[in-house]
Amino acid sequence: MSATNASAPEAPTGELLSGAEIVLRALKDQGVDVIFGYPGGAVLPIYDALFQQNAIRHILVRHEQAAVHAAEGYARSTGRVGVVLVTSGPGATNAVTGLVDALMDSIPVVCLTGQVPTHLIGNDAFQEADTTGITRPATKHNYLVKDVNDLGRVLHEAFYVARSGRPGPVVVDLPKDVLINKGRYRGKPEAAHRSYRPVTDPDPAAIRQAVAMMKAAKRPIIYAGGGVINAGPEASRLLTELVHLTGFPCTNTLMGLGAFPASDPQFLGMLGMHGTYEANLAMHGCDVMVNIGARFDDRVTGRLRDFSPNSLKIHADIDPSSINKNVRVDCAIVGDAAKVLRALIAEWKASTAKLDTGAVAAWWKQIEAWRARDCLRFRQSTAAEAIIKPQYAIRRLYELSLATGRDTFITTEVGQHQMWAAQYWKFERPNRWMTSGGLGTMGYGLPAAMGVQIAHPDALVIDIAGEASILMNIQEMSTLAQYRLPVKVFILNNEYMGMVRQWQELLHGGRYSESYSAALPDFVKLAESFHAVGLRATKVGELDEVIREMLAVDRPVIADICVDQKENCFPMIPSGAAHNEMILGPEDEAPRGAGGLGVTEEGMVLV
Amino acid sequence: MLLAPTLPDKTVAMTETATRQAVMAVLVENEAGVLARVIGLFSGRGYNIDSLTVAPVDEAKNLSRITIVTSGTPMVIEQIKAQLARLVPVHRVADLTLEGPHIAREMALIKVAGTGERRVEALRIADAFRARVVDATTESFVFEMTGATDKLDAFIGLMRPLGLVEVSRTGVAAIARGPRGI
Repeated sequence: MSATNASAPEAPTGELLSGAEIVLRALKDQGVDVIFGYPGGAVLPIYDALFQQNAIRHILVRHEQAAVHAAEGYARSTGRVGVVLVTSGPGATNAVTGLVDALMDSIPVVCLTGQVPTHLIGNDAFQEADTTGITRPATKHNYLVKDVNDLGRVLHEAFYVARSGRPGPVVVDLPKDVLINKGRYRGKPEAAHRSYRPVTDPDPAAIRQAVAMMKAAKRPIIYAGGGVINAGPEASRLLTELVHLTGFPCTNTLMGLGAFPASDPQFLGMLGMHGTYEANLAMHGCDVMVNIGARFDDRVTGRLRDFSPNSLKIHADIDPSSINKNVRVDCAIVGDAAKVLRALIAEWKASTAKLDTGAVAAWWKQIEAWRARDCLRFRQSTAAEAIIKPQYAIRRLYELSLATGRDTFITTEVGQHQMWAAQYWKFERPNRWMTSGGLGTMGYGLPAAMGVQIAHPDALVIDIAGEASILMNIQEMSTLAQYRLPVKVFILNNEYMGMVRQWQELLHGGRYSESYSAALPDFVKLAESFHAVGLRATKVGELDEVIREMLAVDRPVIADICVDQKENCFPMIPSGAAHNEMILGPEDEAPRGAGGLGVTEEGMVLV
Repeated sequence: MLLAPTLPDKTVAMTETATRQAVMAVLVENEAGVLARVIGLFSGRGYNIDSLTVAPVDEAKNLSRITIVTSGTPMVIEQIKAQLARLVPVHRVADLTLEGPHIAREMALIKVAGTGERRVEALRIADAFRARVVDATTESFVFEMTGATDKLDAFIGLMRPLGLVEVSRTGVAAIARGPRGI
């Protein structure tokens, strides 16, 4: 380190360091212990500085997209900011998918990108890309640092922006000359940010209004999302307390799974397009809806004008732009989920209004009748030679993982397997479920699992995958081998892009255009070539043994589970339909709603 | 008590589809890329920009002021304000249309070419509209005119048959009436 106490008169404070040294100092001062990255010409000064220190561990990925997903997995499973380091040009453009993924799912990530030297910017130099221009709509905020003396301040600001308010990805673009030049590093700034100061404390009047509405409810429901997870484990504890205190039913969004214990009798399961019958009908029929940290996503609401038509809606969100964006609400609360929940609990206890417990009991009776439909039922032949149902594979994976007693983290890719994982895995705690919800990024799960395993070396980390998705970032098997990360990849292999096939079957006359996974690799040999263990189950009789072996091995594993190719994911609310127009699976004997699928032309254009 | 006694009247909500125009003043950090963020927000989310102006207004505090005229349903206008407010370099967003009376002015430079009677008529109308002649040749005028957008529109419409060559407009600058600042 070239720290000196030489003080130039115009810059009296701060150590004189190279830009690359400032980067590492700032990361260290932010408590960063690991970064995910890939070197290249523009970031060589940072890699050189990395080489000469031990405080920060660098994980070398095999593709920059995977670096961002790994940082997301790290961030989601720890609640800390994930950090990425990539080079200029293709390094930065490869990272864009991961950045948008983090933006859509509100994951705090700081991504450092190399850039050509300042005097070459705009010259179409080798490996130049307009990174701040390209990532402007892909990030919560981005910076181009042009003066090494701004570097420390900008980096600290980037971490503040990434983690504050509604979290998200922040890019800091670093021209090579800025990394080489020497400048002053002044440590973490004390002063508050000049313009970005999100509101976290809820307005007491809004809390009083919300509790008055809740106390007057006859058919209430609490609908909690990823905002509760982002607010930290305390928010999940408070959510559970509020649900128990009120006696209300609770449903979680895809992003919110784990915020409320799945085994709790007051839990209705996930809601939305592939949510449970009871959760969706309760949302449709409720008279007071309490939304904590969810954003009325189109996967959740279905057809907007028929979404929960007779309810008063309370919406608590840290992002004011989420309120009244899709659904007009009757009571808006801007604030951090934990603070909102704490205030709601206090106000509920203080309020003298009485809840109509008789009406709520009748509502529960109705919900139990819906629950009795057992919408997640499936039929699995127990014959040893029988074909494996994907739902059964996940259920067995869940049961056998649970039996190990280990802290278990699940990541997924995107598609049918993702929805089945969300339906059949019972998440009892927050931060154990990592999935690409908003962007729906195939190829998310393996690198995310990598990031989770780095953060939790002793935990059981499983990527529930499809055979199509897994190929989108399969190169990361090499990273698993290099760092001896015992991630388990559990592939539900139906030889189709299953969700595409399902939609083609249900909506496009069974014309399976380009959705067959032709020319698949032999996943067992593929695992072995990547220094991992390859396992395969093709029939029910083999499944438990394969899962047991996978869980027992202390190495990366790919388990290729060959499942029923024709299986569809139910329940399903077709695009453009309302919650009460759900399709149930073939196992449901009750009469169907009128008109079969009931997909309108209006619905067909939706995704 | 704040609790609504009955269910919200959805039919009222459904009729809120009429669009209105809104004049917004946005105080932003004067830094590279801030205008691109604002414009990208509008194009990315499909909002309308009827007019947009920007200039530094406070050098000491490093602030610029953007005035945006936009239109949309009340729900969209609220959404635009919330989206603008959450941009990191944005200090303040004010909906001047909602927050009380305000003054909105635009400046235009208008070039008209012609001779004879048309030239005299153009000058006469310019005088009536209090437009200033800022450049003149024997066959052309450049008029400078400041006023509300519809006044400028009216003047430009009148110049069209009289030899209008081109128009350069600044877009709307706006400020609230009365003693209070945003």
